[in-house]
Amino acid sequence: MTATKEKRQGAGILRAYAVLALFIALKAVGNLSLAWGMKHFPQVMSANPLPYLRAMLDPFVALGIVALILALLTRMALFSLADLSFVLPVTAVGYIIAAFLGKIFLHETVTAQRWTGTILIVVGAALVGSGSHKTEIEIE
Amino acid sequence: MKWILVGLMVVATVASDLLQSYEMKRAGEHSVGARGLLRLLGTIARRRYLILAVACMAVSFFSFMALVQVEPLSFAVPASAASFIFETLLAKLVLHEHVGVRRAAGALIVLCGVVLLGE
Repeated sequence: MTATKEKRQGAGILRAYAVLALFIALKAVGNLSLAWGMKHFPQVMSANPLPYLRAMLDPFVALGIVALILALLTRMALFSLADLSFVLPVTAVGYIIAAFLGKIFLHETVTAQRWTGTILIVVGAALVGSGSHKTEIEIE
Repeated sequence: MKWILVGLMVVATVASDLLQSYEMKRAGEHSVGARGLLRLLGTIARRRYLILAVACMAVSFFSFMALVQVEPLSFAVPASAASFIFETLLAKLVLHEHVGVRRAAGALIVLCGVVLLGE
């Protein structure tokens, strides 16, 4: 009986990590694709909504939007599998991943000061997240 | 220009999160299964604050689109975390939530990080 319960709990934790990995990957791909598409879009954005709608037809922007919507849904699913105090600090790593992707694929200059700022944001976000949950929810 | 876009994105995100939090607490718990999501969509359609929250989310997303067009991704994504600072402050002042020392310290550290990003 206890072994079965432990086995189910282990599978639940594994599922939570799989959904977490999927969320981080979707968010990273979404942000990168959106940034790539927007940087290559010829029209500069303004208060006029039309260029935004036109930009959404760009394949990279569209892929970015779809990936970010899927990331949002995955995050909701993740909240049903794990505590907020676990989800928020771990997903904050996404800020560092975004900086890496910008540096590698978009050839951005990331200064030491920007790395420091990003790391501080991750630490701060982790602290805010770990102290903001309402109730303890056990992983299935 | 970049700080105007960051400001717009953060204000819209904070407004959307506060409206969602306020209205979802009144609406009761929702599951995230297929049936739960359908019920959630029904709740959104019935509650005007939630419709406003979705509109704010759209403004936040369009600001992010404009921001990544002109600014590096390595700036735009971490800068969006500035919403943590205002959400923590407004959670205390508007929603009357308990904000502990750890959460307040986290928001201050995020503020330091955003200041470093911008310089």
